[in-house]
Amino acid sequence: MSDASRGVVVAHGVLAQALVDEAERITGQRGALVAVSNSGGDRAEIERRVEAAVGDGPAVIFVDMPCGSCFIASMRMERERKDVRVVTGTNLPMLLDFLSHQAMPPVEGAARAASKGHDAIRHP
Amino acid sequence: MPIVLYRVDDRLVHGQVVIGWGKQLSAAFIVLVDEAVASSEWEQDLYRMGVPPEIELHFATVADFARRAAHWRADSRTGIVITADIGTMAALCRAAPPVPQVNLGGVHHKPGRRERLPYVYLTDEEFLALEQLAREGTEVRAQDMPGTVPVPLASLR
Repeated sequence: MSDASRGVVVAHGVLAQALVDEAERITGQRGALVAVSNSGGDRAEIERRVEAAVGDGPAVIFVDMPCGSCFIASMRMERERKDVRVVTGTNLPMLLDFLSHQAMPPVEGAARAASKGHDAIRHP
Repeated sequence: MPIVLYRVDDRLVHGQVVIGWGKQLSAAFIVLVDEAVASSEWEQDLYRMGVPPEIELHFATVADFARRAAHWRADSRTGIVITADIGTMAALCRAAPPVPQVNLGGVHHKPGRRERLPYVYLTDEEFLALEQLAREGTEVRAQDMPGTVPVPLASLR
């Protein structure tokens, strides 16, 4: 699993940790995702948190919104790293699917996660 | 309408600004004054993604703002000006007076800063710089969202 993409969830307040907790509770995979909150940080601090969470290996960053401090910090990381990709509009279904496909390279993993997250948005 | 909000917010354009203040003030345009962002088309594209189509987003350096301040202040629509830090806002106030009031909306923790409010951390030097602005005629107060009570500078000592 050393080549598996790390999943990093970046979101406002306690949202990232809540998503990570529930994804891990449902799948039973502990430590597979890392949560990053923007609470109390300026742009530079949020960028530091994202960088630390991503680490040195491949990663997919899941961001709550396609704008704002979480998004910009994540996009900066994607710009600097070829092995990091960003997905926005994060929801629980996309995280659950990602945890079953972490061996995929970040580009494919991010595309798949975005597709699965989008599929979960319905109006029954 | 003149520019109705001059805000210091180290996250620049984000939800609180666009949704919180933008809707409350019926803002038609935002001027983001930041030397680094003004020279980065890549960052500008990211900030544009956070602004709905009915709000124009302009990018400027302090010098750019000073040159175009009269134009923006004469606009019939409501505008917001944002800087990421106190130094840039102070420079803007001096380069393009008058700025009647500055809003501290988000100045987060950094080494050397002390908490004054949960969303305002200041070094002693930053506080003194704000006091100087106040002496020069600009009211300074902290207020993160439109529905919260503004806090005068004197209470942030």
